[in-house]
Amino acid sequence: MQPRAEMVHWLFAAGILFIGMCLLCEAIVGREVWQMRPWRKYLWPGVAFGLGVCLWPVMAFFTNSAVHMYAHGSWAEVLMLAGGAELGLVHGRLKSRWWRLTWPLAFVVTGLAFIIHEQNPWFFARSAFLHHLLGWTFLLAAVIPLGLVWRPRSPVLQACFALTIVLVAIQLFSDRDVAPVFGHLSPLAGTPHR
Amino acid sequence: MNSTYASQATERSRFARPQVVSLLGPVVSAAGVVWAILQPYRVTLLHPRGQGFWWLVIEPPLLVVVVGIVFSVVVARPLLADLEEHRATSR
Repeated sequence: MQPRAEMVHWLFAAGILFIGMCLLCEAIVGREVWQMRPWRKYLWPGVAFGLGVCLWPVMAFFTNSAVHMYAHGSWAEVLMLAGGAELGLVHGRLKSRWWRLTWPLAFVVTGLAFIIHEQNPWFFARSAFLHHLLGWTFLLAAVIPLGLVWRPRSPVLQACFALTIVLVAIQLFSDRDVAPVFGHLSPLAGTPHR
Repeated sequence: MNSTYASQATERSRFARPQVVSLLGPVVSAAGVVWAILQPYRVTLLHPRGQGFWWLVIEPPLLVVVVGIVFSVVVARPLLADLEEHRATSR
C-alpha cells in the first residue's frame, strides 16, 4: 500500500511548485500588496514548514539505506527551520535579518544531501541524473537566498528565488524510479515499468 | 526625455502586473494539459483497469493542473482584488 518513491517526489513537486508560484507573485506585486491579507503572508512559509513536517514520514518509511534516512531527516530539519524562521519573520516575532540565513543553509544542506546520498553516476538512470542535477541546482542557487539576506526587497533576487523553486519542482516532476536519461539506462538499474 | 521613457516603462509594468498574476495559474494548468497530451501514459485515469490506488491518485500532469487551479482560485483571485485596491488608493 506504500506509494513508490517517484510518487512521493511528484507530491512534493506539487507543493514546491505552489510555493514557487506564490514567491513569483510576491515578487511581481511587491511585499506590501502580498501582505495586505494576513493569511497570505503565512501561506508559502507555512507550506514550506508543512513540507518539512511531511518529510519525517518519508524518512521513516523510505529507508532504503542509512544514508537515505540521514538525507531525508536533514531535509526535514532544514526545511522546518527555514519555514519556521520565515513564519517568525513575517509574523514579526523574529526581527533579525540573519534568520534569513536559514534559507541558504537549507539550500546547501539539501544540495549536499542530494549529491552524497546518490551513489550512482549521472547517467545510471534518470533518478540518479536528477539527484545530481537537483544537488548542484541547490548548491549553486544558494547564492540567491544569500543575496536576499542583504537585499530582501530586491525584485530581481525574489524572482530568481521563485524561478529556482519552480525549476526544482520541474526536476522533481521529471523523476522516475527506473527510466532512461538521454537514452542511457544502466542494466543494473532494473526494468522500466512504464 | 529619458525620464518620460522611464515613467512610461514604469507605468506599463504596473499595468502588466495584474495580467501576469491572472495568467500564472492558467499557464501552469495549460502546461499540465499539454504534458498529458504529450505523455498520455502518465495519466492512468485514461486506462484505469488493473491500476493500484496510488497510480490512480497521483498522476503528475493532473497534479500540475490542480496546482494551477488551486493557485488561481485561492491566491490569484484575492490578490488581484488587493492589487486593484492598492492601485486605487495610491492614485
